[in-house]
Amino acid sequence: MIDVKNLSKSFGNHLVLDDISEHIYPGEKVVVIGPSGSGKSTFLRCLNLMEIPTAGTITFDGAQITDPKVNIDLMRRKMGMVFQHFNLFPNMTIRKNITLAPVRTKLMSKEEANDVATQLLRRVGLEEKADAYPSQLSGGQKQRIAIVRALAMNPKLMLFDEPTSALDPEMVGEVLAVMKELASEGMTMVVVTHEMGFAREVGNRVLFMDEGKIVEQAAPDILFNNPQHPRLQEFLSKVL
Amino acid sequence: MAETYALWKSMMLNGEHITFWQSFFVKFYQAFIEKDRWSQYLEGVGTTLMVTAMALAIGVVLGVIVAIIRTAHDQRRPGSGSFISRFVLGIANFICKVYVTIIRGTPMMVQMLIMGLVIFKSSRDFTTIGALTLGINSGAYVAEIIRGGLMSLDPGQAEASRSLGLNYIDTMWFVVIPQAFKAILPSLGNEFIILLKDTSLITVIGGKELLHAAQGIYTRTYEQMLPLIGIAVIYLILVMVFSWLQGILERRLRQSDRR
Repeated sequence: MIDVKNLSKSFGNHLVLDDISEHIYPGEKVVVIGPSGSGKSTFLRCLNLMEIPTAGTITFDGAQITDPKVNIDLMRRKMGMVFQHFNLFPNMTIRKNITLAPVRTKLMSKEEANDVATQLLRRVGLEEKADAYPSQLSGGQKQRIAIVRALAMNPKLMLFDEPTSALDPEMVGEVLAVMKELASEGMTMVVVTHEMGFAREVGNRVLFMDEGKIVEQAAPDILFNNPQHPRLQEFLSKVL
Repeated sequence: MAETYALWKSMMLNGEHITFWQSFFVKFYQAFIEKDRWSQYLEGVGTTLMVTAMALAIGVVLGVIVAIIRTAHDQRRPGSGSFISRFVLGIANFICKVYVTIIRGTPMMVQMLIMGLVIFKSSRDFTTIGALTLGINSGAYVAEIIRGGLMSLDPGQAEASRSLGLNYIDTMWFVVIPQAFKAILPSLGNEFIILLKDTSLITVIGGKELLHAAQGIYTRTYEQMLPLIGIAVIYLILVMVFSWLQGILERRLRQSDRR
């Protein structure tokens, strides 16, 4: 589904991603873990060109999106992204937050988008919040809305950038529940997270990143129970 | 009323004793009513408002252009874009910086005199030149206000919008500008009020607005107090009306903040 070849990214002289090659298959749930500053968020943000790679290519859905001639807006419509700080639009109601992109990109008519919004909101149990503004919601509710907003575009791939890191501990569960449900429906997901429980339960494959490289990767039970690399062993001893 | 005025005025000129209110009436009549002088004030208000509107339009257009160039330049990712696009943006940014520096660094009155007496020396359309000068001046301040608004917005907002596949223009139009506009409205209102009052400066190059009307009247009647107090009250009322309208707009935009 998405193929990364020799991806490098530097900010000024600081090399954040160092020659990463990776392939993500349809339906796969890939969880990226690693210490802060390891480049995991940057890696995720490169996948939909929120960050422009310094070198290397990314191919998504048959198109090489790193080619400047490719219309990145069209590619991003097939990739949903969920942010650490939700980034809901505070000047719009929840319904408008969800329907803005599908309507403006002419993916749906206004009525269709409204129906989709209602349907998705019902799924995450927030139907009655459709006409509220983001400032009236809790963090967990905001993040569930942010997931719904991305889903309204019917993406083939969902990218999650530390979706629970800014939440109160008691709200983490409700967001993870939505993500687990999404995973069970077969959505392709790439998740950067510190939730090792989630990685273990939902991930098909866990990537451990350190200093801009994927140091080790394996199925979660292998990676967590039998870590090989000393850096991973050290990391797991601190977080588990 | 005209007879009373004529009577009291002749009493005043003959040195007869009249009360304070009688003399006030004479001066008031002279300043505002005699020879339909109120219509000169009214014309002045019209010109003031028209000059403000013209200057505001010029100021906002200039301000938006300068602010977009400055923000695009400052928020550009290092190393992105071709050499030519970076070069052009760099030049445009430099010009904008020079413009803002010169306008903010010299007095409004001096700018007005330079425009009226040096650059457009041969033109007689003082009011338009005045409006143009005010607009160019205001543009520099508006640019800084807008730039502040655009830069204060969390970059995550634009990122979220782009991540949904919305293009740059939709992102600016639906996400960035509405939020930035709300943030800058108090400063923008302040700038508008300053602009409205600064229209009085166009009299120094011969523009015919409200202050010019008052000056014309008191040079005939030799009575300065009432025309000047009168226009001060008119300016005050205009500013109060606009502050009130601005308050209504701000309350409407705060809708999304309610909890």
